[in-house]
Amino acid sequence: MSVLTYIESSNGKIKKNSFELASYSCELAKLLNTDVVALTINSEDVNELSNYGITKIIKVNNDSLNKFKASTFADVISKAVNHTNSNYIVLSSSLDSKYLAPLLAAGINAAYVNNVIGLPSSLAPFTIKRTAFTNKAFSDSSINSDKTIIGLSSNSFGLIENSVQSEIEELNVEVENSDLTVNSSEKVSGQISIADADIVVSAGRGMKGPENWNLIEDLAGTLGAATACSKPVSDMGWRPHSEHVGQTGKPVATNLYIAIGISGAIQHLAGINSSKIKVVINNDPEAPFFKAADYGVIGDAFDVVPRLNEKLKEFKAQNS
Amino acid sequence: MKILVCISHVPDTTSKINFTDGDTKFDTQGVQFVINPNDEFGLTRAMWLKEKQGASIDVINVGNSSSEPTLRKALAIGADKAIRIDADPLDGYFVAKQISEYVKTSSYDLIIAGRESIDYNGAMVPGLIAGFLKINYVTNCTKLEIDNEKVELDREIDGGKETLNCTLPLIIGGQKGLVEESDLRIPNMRGIMQARQKPLEVLEAFDCSSNTKTIKFYKPEPKQAVKLVSADNLDELINLLHNEAKVL
Ligand SMILES: Cc1cc2nc3c(=O)[nH]c(=O)nc-3n(C[C@H](O)[C@H](O)[C@H](O)COP(=O)(O)OP(=O)(O)OC[C@H]3O[C@@H](n4cnc5c(N)ncnc54)[C@H](O)[C@@H]3O)c2cc1C
Repeated sequence: MSVLTYIESSNGKIKKNSFELASYSCELAKLLNTDVVALTINSEDVNELSNYGITKIIKVNNDSLNKFKASTFADVISKAVNHTNSNYIVLSSSLDSKYLAPLLAAGINAAYVNNVIGLPSSLAPFTIKRTAFTNKAFSDSSINSDKTIIGLSSNSFGLIENSVQSEIEELNVEVENSDLTVNSSEKVSGQISIADADIVVSAGRGMKGPENWNLIEDLAGTLGAATACSKPVSDMGWRPHSEHVGQTGKPVATNLYIAIGISGAIQHLAGINSSKIKVVINNDPEAPFFKAADYGVIGDAFDVVPRLNEKLKEFKAQNS
Repeated sequence: MKILVCISHVPDTTSKINFTDGDTKFDTQGVQFVINPNDEFGLTRAMWLKEKQGASIDVINVGNSSSEPTLRKALAIGADKAIRIDADPLDGYFVAKQISEYVKTSSYDLIIAGRESIDYNGAMVPGLIAGFLKINYVTNCTKLEIDNEKVELDREIDGGKETLNCTLPLIIGGQKGLVEESDLRIPNMRGIMQARQKPLEVLEAFDCSSNTKTIKFYKPEPKQAVKLVSADNLDELINLLHNEAKVL
């Protein structure tokens, strides 16, 4: 009985969210009094995992796994689950991992709980806290199954550094194929995705039109942040749909969420509420976002944002 | 082509979220229920397929009689038949099992569900059904074109999108993009009248248990009041974010 965590990589490099997954999985293994195993698929350098308590790494390297395909990846993970005799599997909340999780659950007959935000509060029955109602509430779920897949919400646990020696095992797997083929993928290059970003700069209808988004992009550039927007902004075609955040868009759980010219409708807040720190910039002091934010500036975005950007540039120059 | 659209009956997005029975149950008092928005995009997409190339659309819900108005609404939008599996939807696993067992008795070329329901956000029903029935599965689906068994899809990925091809049968987890918000249909009087005549079958649940149980709900802690920073003192904002919040 081990805890197995699937560590994602992109172009052979371990993804940043992996270290939180590793930290969480180690702590979970400690609670369960068992060992922890990390599975990587086509990762080149896995050494960094040993800074976060991972004592065993299973590497699967296979050219037919260069493109992500949910059913094949789920199948590889299920083979690693059997190989390590794992009862707990920890996955990230990336779209890829959320895609494969239920396939894996059906394959290994496991219970699946996603949006998990902490370690179990009880082991018998295994009970764990997650968000529900799109972050408007939380719930304790108890599991009634031999195997459990945990989808960990990003930025909900943090990092625990713990330098250890890791043993590496290469595992050969047969890769199954289906008639579902992935043709091409387009990533907006040079930009940080909302899921990977520590900081998200988001703007709403208060920006008046797409021609003003240079202010938002400049600020995001200074902060190394991803850009996002409210639903009407994407509905009107000012920004791509992939930037739409909220209850019907993407969920956001970053360290810092800056909302500019966004009123703070309940559906918007629902999607972004699990971000740690929220800053609002809005010229209407009655905007509901002020009730949800940690810090607020009452002012005109067209005046505040460029000045804030200049000051942040100075700050970055001094602190780098 | 036979299409099945899975319909989750969820509280409207503006609903106040409260709990009863010692915080073990969602409080439905005064709550308006709607078709789960992700499912509604899928239902509309199904209507387009029906109108363009001919198809029959069944809608299915696992729920008790309180979800019938939601199924009737789906019929009024244009589905041909509704199926309700008479059981409390205990968790995503339970719902997926029920739908899979139903599909085994009545096969479909295409099953459309939402990427997640907006109440429990389990994000597992379509994926589990795909796993149980061993059929192709694409979630976060933002485009679906079907031409003679050949299917072309887009899937949203972190930071972009990818295009996929497959054959039928297929199940998708849909979301906005399948159709746009402005394409959603409000049932008209004729649709509502016709919906009353359309079949709504109530089936007994397949015997199975759930594998998770919600034992308690919590509401978020009340938030501390926002700290306002003057627009003339943005240095202070940077200072607070750096030294107090430690996010810069
Ligand atoms: C079923 C459903 C699902 C939904 N899902 C989502 C969702 O997922 N995400 C989402 O975002 N919305 C969602 N909505 C829409 C939501 O209800 C709001 O309509 C939307 O969030 C408002 O967007 P906004 O804040 O950009 O625009 P507005 O509400 O128009 O707010 C604009 C804000 O900008 C401020 N402003 C104007 N000028 C300036 C200026 N010069 N400087 C500074 N501030 C300025 C105004 O004071 C105002 O507060 C959903 C709605 C429904 C019905």
